[in-house]
Amino acid sequence: MAEKNFTPDLSVMFAGNIYSPNPFWLASAPPTNCGEQVMRAFDAGWGGAVWKTLGDPIVNVSSRYSSIDWNGQRMMGLNNIELITDRPLEVNLHEISEVKKRYPKHAVIASLMVESKREAWHKIVRQTEDAGADGLELNFGCPHGMSERGMGSAVGQVPEYTEMITAWVKEKARTPVLVKLTPNISDIRVVARAAKRGGADGLSAINTINSITGIDLDTFVPRPNVDGKSSHGGYCGPAVKPIALNMVQQVQGDAEASLPLSGIGGISDWRDAVEFLLLGCSNVQVCTAVMHYGYRIVEDMADGLTNWMREKGFGKIADFQGKSLRNVQEWKHLNLNYKIVARIHEEKCIGCELCYTACWDGAHQCIHLDRAGSNDGKHMTPATHEAISKQSIATTPIPKLDHARAVNGSEPYATPLARIPRVDEDECVGCNLCSLVCPVEGCITMEQVETHLAAQSWAQRMGDASNPARKRD
Amino acid sequence: MSTAQNYEENPELVARFPEIHPPLDQVSAVTEANRCLYCFDAPCMAACPTHIDVPRFIKKIAQGNLRGSALTILDANILGASCARVCPVDVLCEGACVFHRYNKQPIEIGRLQRHAMDAFWRDGAELERKAAAERPGRVACIGAGPASLSFGAEMRMQGFRVTVFEQKPLPGGLNTYGVAEYKLRSSDSLREIELVRSLGVEFRFGKDVTSEAALTQLEKDWDFIFLGIGLGRMRELEIPGGKHPGVVDALKFIEDYKTGGLLKIGRHVVVVGAGNTAIDAARAAMRLGAESVRMLYRRGESSMSAFSFEYEQAKREGVVFHWWTQPVGIAAAANSSKLEAIDCVRTELDSNGGLRPNAESRFAIPCDMVIPAIGQLPLMEFLGRCRGVQVDGGCVIVDRATGQTSNPKYFAGGDCVNGGREVVDAVADGKRTALAVAELLEKLHG
Repeated sequence: MAEKNFTPDLSVMFAGNIYSPNPFWLASAPPTNCGEQVMRAFDAGWGGAVWKTLGDPIVNVSSRYSSIDWNGQRMMGLNNIELITDRPLEVNLHEISEVKKRYPKHAVIASLMVESKREAWHKIVRQTEDAGADGLELNFGCPHGMSERGMGSAVGQVPEYTEMITAWVKEKARTPVLVKLTPNISDIRVVARAAKRGGADGLSAINTINSITGIDLDTFVPRPNVDGKSSHGGYCGPAVKPIALNMVQQVQGDAEASLPLSGIGGISDWRDAVEFLLLGCSNVQVCTAVMHYGYRIVEDMADGLTNWMREKGFGKIADFQGKSLRNVQEWKHLNLNYKIVARIHEEKCIGCELCYTACWDGAHQCIHLDRAGSNDGKHMTPATHEAISKQSIATTPIPKLDHARAVNGSEPYATPLARIPRVDEDECVGCNLCSLVCPVEGCITMEQVETHLAAQSWAQRMGDASNPARKRD
Repeated sequence: MSTAQNYEENPELVARFPEIHPPLDQVSAVTEANRCLYCFDAPCMAACPTHIDVPRFIKKIAQGNLRGSALTILDANILGASCARVCPVDVLCEGACVFHRYNKQPIEIGRLQRHAMDAFWRDGAELERKAAAERPGRVACIGAGPASLSFGAEMRMQGFRVTVFEQKPLPGGLNTYGVAEYKLRSSDSLREIELVRSLGVEFRFGKDVTSEAALTQLEKDWDFIFLGIGLGRMRELEIPGGKHPGVVDALKFIEDYKTGGLLKIGRHVVVVGAGNTAIDAARAAMRLGAESVRMLYRRGESSMSAFSFEYEQAKREGVVFHWWTQPVGIAAAANSSKLEAIDCVRTELDSNGGLRPNAESRFAIPCDMVIPAIGQLPLMEFLGRCRGVQVDGGCVIVDRATGQTSNPKYFAGGDCVNGGREVVDAVADGKRTALAVAELLEKLHG
């Protein structure tokens, strides 16, 4: 039993020598637009901040954001068409100096984007390092607007450009250089490898995903609406987390690409952050959740992480960093002889029958509603069940008129037996769908069934020579 | 002719009877709709006598399809707007919600239904006819209450002719005359009936078709007759002074304040009985300015027939309950129209579970108005004139699936069949019967 009475150390040394008191950084975005914001963020508990991308000031449009709401929840996904900083470089540099003076132990990273000229990059690297930035993040990922001008993802989508510009920066840089990767590419590892070849000290992933969030059904104009027109934007927020996690795993699972990695993409709470760390990130960057709820969310991110580490007996981030990487394999190495089936815990079932309809229409027709009726081996279809209900005659219960009606006290569960679905375990393929749609925690569990077969993967079954297990033979 | 031409809403009535269930605003409705699990073969739908596809109409609210939502409701229940307000949802759809077994907070189905129906009215209340083609076959309805309205609407949807005969000046039966105004306004009931009329249901008011001669004529002129006659007058207090003018039965009292302009009542009111109508009367008396409202019931709290939520609300509004109390006389000064008190005795259970008044416990409760609410009597005299229509215990005997009585010419639904349930039960009876009658007419006329 691990000792639970200790205080885990959340501090992180990133890419060699960027220290931050915790792994929670603000991503380069509106929450890091100016020094006053960054200082308030540090006061709230953020460990680092990647400054809103510096470069030649631009002119923005209004409006700039649009979002995806889902089932009454706001901003499940956020889309933006805002460009890099619209403030003069010298103002930003001055504020970076001020922040570093007042917060020497917090990480301040300068995000950079200038035209693809060696001198231009050399110049901005010198200026930002002179201002006191702890590191540089090369914005090769911004997917809208800047890419039309040959910057942002226009660089990040071409491995040769990525390698070349990274190398230019490395010629001058004294602080660690991170390359921020775009997800708008068929294989993120190709660009990650290019950045590594160019000498990058670390990576950040992912930047936003090309998106059109929706269209106004009255005006027919996609959102965000800029004077009757729109443009594709960059998508982020909780909706993109699974995509980001996959890309993070791809990069960190690839020896030619893997570098110290700052994880980005839909991170909203400590659990999201832990997942990125488990896939090999050294720290995480957050934007949408802060734009939604403010800097204050970092309090629970740190608190939750601390409690979880204490619970698990992890004294420092490195103790669990990358721990899940080895649990991600190619499909062909998964065990074909592992079998699980769904078990419905009758005492928890509330009788919504969502598992039933999901299994019939979306899976393999192996959940049935036959506990109360006679089972003659033929299963009633969902349509038949519905038709029977619609034919039934129901009346309002009125005690005075219904005194003779006996209450059925023989039901073994809170939910009438007829409404508790039954899993045909012989037919169940163990797909998980019923347990995913079940609204009740722990009501449907997936349980292992002994197959008495030795583990065997597809690769083994096909005699694939690339199978590591065979190589050892 | 509008069905509502004989009714003008009194603004003071509206002011005194604010709605007890205020409407949901758009955001709250969508938030609530999104809580719905969208159960398969949902228990709420099965519990609703009219089997409204509740999850379907709720999801349509969540997805901004309010017209589709309202039409889903109306497809099952043409009086979906009034049912949204008057249904005892705690023992129906909301009572069946699976959330009772999970987070204990059922979906507010009634208020969501109202939300969809309000939008329907706001947008002009246009209904889609299922079958535009007129078909041969005509049916008469006796009584213009919910059962007949539902029956008539469905018959029109099917393309048959329907005429509704009503002896009162307004249609709607108890929906217009008898539902507590803070639940459903008479004006809302009449607006809803306008929808039924717009389908082509013909109404004839003030026409007495209860005589033997009139019935014979109806039987001759119409293919089928639907009895949606409800129940008759209320039982009287059979005690000395029970006919005093200060004694007004609950339905008369409710009708008087809703449609008769009665807005002044006694200072101290006693309601006799503990059913839902008794509670409606007591709560109305509070709103009409009574200083005290007491309810007397000869049995205990656990025997009351009112729904428990009605009881709780009445207590909260200040109605005082006297259990094990039986009235034995009305005290009034000679030749005076003013009541002085109601004389009562205590009751107790004897060893056989029977009720025994304790004559020595006599006491008086001072009051100037007594409202008996001790049940309605069946319309036995009229039913006796409907040849071949069998009645058992005051209820017309029908085949539950078709509504057909023992005289195949007559069908029946609503309170006259079920002994006095809810609006939604009458609507369900009417619709089920209409579908059966439509099939018969199709056979009859080809």
